[in-house]
Parts: sequence; structure tokens; C-alpha cells
Amino acid sequence: MHLGRVIGTVVATTRSPGLDGIKLLVVQPLDKHQHDSGKPVVAADAVAMAGPGELVYFVASREAAEAMPERWVPVDHAIVGLVDHVTLADGDR
Amino acid sequence: MKIARVAGTVVSPISHPFYDGQRLLLCDLVDPDGTPNGYLIAVDVVNAGVGERVLICDEGTSARQIYGISTGPVRSVIVGIIDEID
Repeated sequence: MHLGRVIGTVVATTRSPGLDGIKLLVVQPLDKHQHDSGKPVVAADAVAMAGPGELVYFVASREAAEAMPERWVPVDHAIVGLVDHVTLADGDR
Repeated sequence: MKIARVAGTVVSPISHPFYDGQRLLLCDLVDPDGTPNGYLIAVDVVNAGVGERVLICDEGTSARQIYGISTGPVRSVIVGIIDEID
């Protein structure tokens, strides 16, 4: 899993079966110091509580589909938790 | 499996039910020679501490096997604490 920051929402009214009711968010992957790292991805919100600006952690690939209520959904990134804070050793933040 | 050093902890008040009560550690991945190679957030089943060198199983089916479940959004699990590498 990696850290990410929610930077937007995606509205898609026409969807593949299995994606109904799933909130889609644009997530910017972050490094451990919470700096941008790589290109943004669209992730399904498996906690149904994430919103723009939120620090989250997300899973990718098969595990992302496993996070959804229905199995075998076409999801390749999913937010599985909101982050309150990250504490790094040596005051490394 | 991957070699990593535990860099810190991640506190998550709201998560997918699988992660409720799980200990999440932020781990710096390292090559066997110590070269940094990114990071991962992993769940800890061996009570590893910050600063320790650990083994991370980074594969979903193996991870689910550790928990004895057939479904679950888990992939990265700390499965060992490394004493030394010769």
C-alpha cells in the first residue's frame, strides 16, 4: 500500500456493471514525506468516506477489486483507509 | 519477499473493515546491499519495531493465506524480523 492525497472526484454516469454506486476519486500517489510521486490515478473509495484533500492509503490491482463489496469488479486502485497521521523515526516527516 | 526497514507508523481511524485493529507500518524497501528502493505500507503480524529490518511478503494470495481468508484487500504483510544477512 502507498500513501495518496485525494485531489479530485470523477463523475461517470455510464459505467460497467459492478461499478454502480462506487465513488471514484482522483488520487495523487505520495512518497513517505507526503510529496507527490508519480502520476495521479483514479481510485474507487472502499471506505466511502474519503474526500478531496484527504490523506489516504490505497491498494492496487487484484487487491483493489477485493476491497469492494462485490467481487470481480473492474477496479484497479482502491482507497482502503484514511490516514490521521504518519510518524516517522528520527522526526523524519 | 522483500527486505525493508521499518521507518514509522501510520495511524488510520477509518479504514476498510479488514484493516480495523491492524498495525500499519511504513517501511523503506532496501536492496540486500542496503540501497533504498521506495517504500511500502504493510500490516504487521510479527510485532516489528521502528528501525528494525524486516521481511515483507508482497503478494496478495500469500497475504490472505496468512490471515486464513480467501478474500480481503491485503497484499503487503511483514512476516519476519531479520537478524542478519550474510
